[in-house]
Amino acid sequence: MTRAPLHLPDPTLLLAALLAEGIRVIGPAPVQGAIAYEPLDRPEDLPKGLSDSQSPGHYRLAETAPGRWFDYVVGPQSWKKWLFPARQKLWSAERTADGFELGQPDEPWPRTAFFGVRPCEIAAMEIQDRVFDNGSFTDPGYARRRAGTLIVSVNCARAAETCFCASTATGPRAEAGYDLALTELATGTGLLLEIGSDEGARIAATLALAPATPAQIAEAKATSAATARAQTRAMPEAIAGTLKANPEHPQWEDVAARCLGCANCTLACPTCFCTDVEDVTDLSGDHAERWRSWDSCFSIDFTYVHGGAVRRSGKSRYRQWMTHKLSAWHDQFGSSGCTGCGRCIAWCPVGIDIVAEAHALSAPDPSLPAPAPHEEA
Amino acid sequence: MAAPLPTPDPMLPRRYRVTRAKGEIAGTATVELAPIDGAPMTFSPGQFNMLYAFGVGEIPVSISGDPARPGQLTHTTRDVGLVSKAIVGLKEGDMLGIRGPFGSAWPIEAAAGRHALFIAGGLGLAPLRPAIYHVLNNRADYAGLTLVYGARSPDELLYAEEISTWKSRLDTEVEVTVDHARPGWTGRVGVVTTALPHALAGTDPATIEAFICGPEIMMRFTLQALEAAGVSSDHCWVSMERNMKCALGFCGHCQFGGDFICKDGPVFRHDTVAARLGLKEL
Ligand SMILES: Cc1cc2nc3c(=O)[nH]c(=O)nc-3n(C[C@H](O)[C@H](O)[C@H](O)COP(=O)(O)OP(=O)(O)OC[C@H]3O[C@@H](n4cnc5c(N)ncnc54)[C@H](O)[C@@H]3O)c2cc1C
Ligand code: SF4
Ligand code: SF4
Repeated sequence: MTRAPLHLPDPTLLLAALLAEGIRVIGPAPVQGAIAYEPLDRPEDLPKGLSDSQSPGHYRLAETAPGRWFDYVVGPQSWKKWLFPARQKLWSAERTADGFELGQPDEPWPRTAFFGVRPCEIAAMEIQDRVFDNGSFTDPGYARRRAGTLIVSVNCARAAETCFCASTATGPRAEAGYDLALTELATGTGLLLEIGSDEGARIAATLALAPATPAQIAEAKATSAATARAQTRAMPEAIAGTLKANPEHPQWEDVAARCLGCANCTLACPTCFCTDVEDVTDLSGDHAERWRSWDSCFSIDFTYVHGGAVRRSGKSRYRQWMTHKLSAWHDQFGSSGCTGCGRCIAWCPVGIDIVAEAHALSAPDPSLPAPAPHEEA
Repeated sequence: MAAPLPTPDPMLPRRYRVTRAKGEIAGTATVELAPIDGAPMTFSPGQFNMLYAFGVGEIPVSISGDPARPGQLTHTTRDVGLVSKAIVGLKEGDMLGIRGPFGSAWPIEAAAGRHALFIAGGLGLAPLRPAIYHVLNNRADYAGLTLVYGARSPDELLYAEEISTWKSRLDTEVEVTVDHARPGWTGRVGVVTTALPHALAGTDPATIEAFICGPEIMMRFTLQALEAAGVSSDHCWVSMERNMKCALGFCGHCQFGGDFICKDGPVFRHDTVAARLGLKEL
């Protein structure tokens, strides 16, 4: 089957084709003033003419040219809500005469397509793939949901002020990790459709589309390049080593004084994966269940051991979050845990900006002697 | 989108039955367990299991039995809260859910030929006991065997009878010390580090492989004392403890810098964690 890019006049044609195959399509939907990822039941459910305005501590949906499909970027939710549900039953147990029996819930995962996945979100899924299949253990539920999901991605034609994926090499154009990829061309002239898998090719073939012209292909490339250039934030390249070398940098106190410890950043972050478990019983005490739910390293109980929490200060908890995300993650999973999506910046109620903090932490610690010229960072 | 092969779920416990329950020091009990179905669990000294008490919850507990007798899976637990209380209260015939074994092990077989030095504080003796058993079972393979054990008071000395039998062996050095004596106590008084010089006297520090488990502060001072005595830090091993909810590297709770204590630890070679042990609230 051909893998040459095609020209898609209207994204709802593709959405309709997926729905016609009985695939559950989950895609962008404006919910309570923000883009959420919800089931799209009809082709006309795909929003149009929407953009957003984002800055530290700020997110608003906005209007754009009525003919534009994908000018908004990422909202507070990410696809982890679906692949790694916020609350999940792991198993249940029934008391028996001589003990108990264990059973596992049957979790249906119909054939699913994620529609409108941004490049940074593909990166986030690939990061979580390594978390939930870590070389020693596999989370079978995650693996099943992930394997049962088609990815229809959208290369961003616009960046929000909070985006910095160009500096983390996770966008604004995806080179892999999708079944089908869209890039919106000039308003009203349709989209470039790129094919990333056999299944993507099969679905595209059902649409009987015209091949994209060289001009359309070039326009899509130029759009991505312009989106990258428009980004004003950039994560310092050496941040992993910088954070590892500076656990006592005075900036940690500075940011801790502003951070409320509300955990918004960890909930919004598409790669944060920490969980708590809860064991519950019914009133009879004969039926027990074990539930897993999202947790946050900002909670003080997170490190509770007999006698008290290990990370008692706000400073130590912020340091853990950021150092894990940008530094320890490399040791654990072979990449940064940050995709440059900017969610933690926009959704922090006090506007703490991980990029600004990274730059502040990259400034020499004034309390330390200046490093010798050839000393390693 | 072919359906992936079904993978066994590492989050689902296996059921075990208590074959023996034995009270230890106050608030502490040892249970021996056998699986309801399937083969007994083989493990390496230093590994731990996640123990699930029906309806109450699940906690990490080290395996404290003899690795040469996997049919007798053994755990020693102290009652400090909800789940540990339920586990300490288990009786013969009760059922328990278990996931494991998890984590890294004391490299006790690799230490053959060396002088095995065990230093334990309080309940830290439990995770060391499987390694001690291994050395006792294979004593001829080791140049020496020394146990230095400290507890807060004589009443808090775990496995006291067993320690006396070890002490009576001619090929085993045992130093026991308590922080606070009570009338009648004729043994040593003082923190573990004060017992070290005597325990190490006459032993070439270059032959020592040290295995240390106890409260973090005790381990820090012990490691300093060992270093001062000339035991190099790449021959010292420690077992770390952190909050953990899954033991699989998924829940994130036990992170210690770049390591997950549950799967990269709990046993670490000291030089690989030394810098981090010095950082507060890591
Ligand atoms: C690798 C490892 C090995 C251990 N081996 C033993 C052992 O052999 N014997 C023994 O008695 N205890 C051992 N512990 C400590 C034991 O896990 C805790 O005492 C237990 O988790 C306390 O739970 P609780 O519900 O009884 O207490 P609570 O105080 O009610 O605990 C609340 C929650 O905090 C967490 N928590 C509290 N204390 C600890 C702790 N010290 N470590 C980890 N999580 C904690 C648990 O998740 C628990 O669910 C070990 C811990 C680890 C990490
Ligand atoms: S750390 Fe912030 S910018 Fe990076 S992936 Fe998480 S939410 Fe996005
Ligand atoms: S950085 Fe912001 S979002 Fe994150 S915990 Fe602190 S106040 Fe909340």
